[in-house]
Amino acid sequence: MRVWYFSEMAYHPAWEEGLKRGSLRVVLPSSNFDPKLGHGLLNRYLDEFALCDEVGLDIMVNEHHSTSTCLTISVPMALAILARETKRSRLLSLGTPIANRPDPVRVAEEMAWLDVLSGGRLEMGLVKGAPYEIAPANSNPANLMRRYWEAHDLILKAMSTTDGPFNWEGEFFHYRNVNIWPRPYQQPTPPVWMTGLSVETGRMAAERGHVVGTLLSLSAAGPMFEAYRKRAQELGWTAGPDRFAYAAVVGVGMTREEGLRRANLAADYVRTSPVVAEPFTNPPGYNSLSANIAMLKAGGKRGGFVRDRHGNPVEQTTASIEQLIESGTCFAGTPDDVYDQIKALSDSVGGFGNLLMFGQGGFLDHKDTVANITLFAKEVMPRLRELDPAPQKAVAAE
Amino acid sequence: MMPSFPGPKNERSEMAKTISIAGTTVELVERGHGRPLLFLHAGEGLAPERPWLQLLSRHYRVVAPWHPGYGNSSLIDGLGSVDDLAYLYLDLAAELEFENAVLVGACFGGWVAAEMMVRSTARFSHLVLVDPLGIKISGREERDIADMHALPRTEYLKLAWADPAEGDVDFTELREDELAAIVRGREAFTLYGWRPYMHNPRLKRWLHRIDLPTLLLWGAEDRIVTPAYGEGWRQAIPRARLEIIPRAGHFPHWEQPEAFVERISAFVGQSV
Repeated sequence: MRVWYFSEMAYHPAWEEGLKRGSLRVVLPSSNFDPKLGHGLLNRYLDEFALCDEVGLDIMVNEHHSTSTCLTISVPMALAILARETKRSRLLSLGTPIANRPDPVRVAEEMAWLDVLSGGRLEMGLVKGAPYEIAPANSNPANLMRRYWEAHDLILKAMSTTDGPFNWEGEFFHYRNVNIWPRPYQQPTPPVWMTGLSVETGRMAAERGHVVGTLLSLSAAGPMFEAYRKRAQELGWTAGPDRFAYAAVVGVGMTREEGLRRANLAADYVRTSPVVAEPFTNPPGYNSLSANIAMLKAGGKRGGFVRDRHGNPVEQTTASIEQLIESGTCFAGTPDDVYDQIKALSDSVGGFGNLLMFGQGGFLDHKDTVANITLFAKEVMPRLRELDPAPQKAVAAE
Repeated sequence: MMPSFPGPKNERSEMAKTISIAGTTVELVERGHGRPLLFLHAGEGLAPERPWLQLLSRHYRVVAPWHPGYGNSSLIDGLGSVDDLAYLYLDLAAELEFENAVLVGACFGGWVAAEMMVRSTARFSHLVLVDPLGIKISGREERDIADMHALPRTEYLKLAWADPAEGDVDFTELREDELAAIVRGREAFTLYGWRPYMHNPRLKRWLHRIDLPTLLLWGAEDRIVTPAYGEGWRQAIPRARLEIIPRAGHFPHWEQPEAFVERISAFVGQSV
């Protein structure tokens, strides 16, 4: 198993105000951001990412917009710095919200540039993005996935074409001379990742052989991974664990108490993440017809994606650390506890080869974050490597 | 958030029918006799079960399609724009051999109606725009059209209805197929009007082409698009007049159906 350390680079000093106003995103004015505090935080977070290279963890960066939960507004900017500060870690962009980007060729250029700069250490996530990312981007949610797939196809073609320029006149994007420089270090493209929660995403990812990741909820992971494996089998190949990624908050300590305390602080990510002004949570077309019917039937109540082992929604904003361990959202305790929890969850969903480790969140301070990263790398990581000693990269039939 | 009204309900067998136009299937209601009147519905939906249709059909042969994507109908080629709707309904008017027809468009349907009329007024004698969306009047940092998609439903109802309780719908009481129609309508409305928000920046420039007597009907208490926005429309269409309906918000045909029908009849009757 590979482990990818990740922090949203939160601006937690504004959370209290955001919670009071009922939204940490979209409508929380930036007067609540102190640039001097932000300067310190951004540099601190990048130091924590860089530490991962020294202790043998890989790195994942994401982005959000118009929010106090995540200061990273551009994955390629953050990864450009980390490409220079690290030597060994693979660098996962998870990812670029390509249906919200006006210029897919620019995305291809930036990813290729990062891949060259890092000597082929880039892994490239092309993601749909969260529903509340629609408003900051003002992208049309009703044709989001049509735009996603056109951008996806164009980005991969732009990166892998070496005898350009080529022409692209699609439904959404128009170029007459696509011919990117530099082209990527890894041929024909860096590994591609997608994210999702649905069976449909599992199938779509399988058809392309992409890695698929899911977030914080084992009840979504199982069916999605199963759909992927089934579709791969239909297409004549076997999907190994390296095709699957699972994201969870991790808190590890010398004692169970210390691990739980760290996880509990980092888990404020989970508790604050859904606090968004209601109109931005479900733009029309973003969620499926059946999910929207279910919401209307329930009187407009939305079930979050964190579910317990029986599939019932867990109230994210108030969930205890014990509930979040139960739902597979957090792995927490001693190194033994954390290893056992990861192994049990992986086994229950048919095996995943990538753990996306939320090793920092909100009020977990620098000292605790460093301890969390180093203890995990020393005591848990080697056993996870043994758990899946030789991940075989699956190759698509084509 | 909009829309709140499903497609054809129980009266489907009695009143809804489909017609094939330019390779797409249009679902519509037809009721009444006499002069043809094409009614283009609001972003919120058609709601033929409300009294407006029965009242209007006492005077006219009302033809009221569901916009593609609403009700049970499909989007045009899985996508579609307001331009597509304008051409679709011009084709529909030709297919039904309309002459001297009345065109009525409410809210989003008013935008579609205006897009039709800047292209061709040939089959129509009168245009009625009821609290239409569709044009940009004020500066780039001001909104003419309330951002319906950034409001909680209760706030939206306060802007859209003189009596918000009238517009409230208990979704938990509806059948699954009715809910599906609502969800599909919401997606279609979003597809057509998300960006630029509920208007075409170039439309106002060409409204002078509308050479028909035009009635702008406006709910006095509409705060989605206010009567002042209606005045902007009036100035842009050569033969337009603006009439205000009291105790109505964004949907006068639902809140004051009698007044809505009386104003149309008076307008069409006196300016023939």
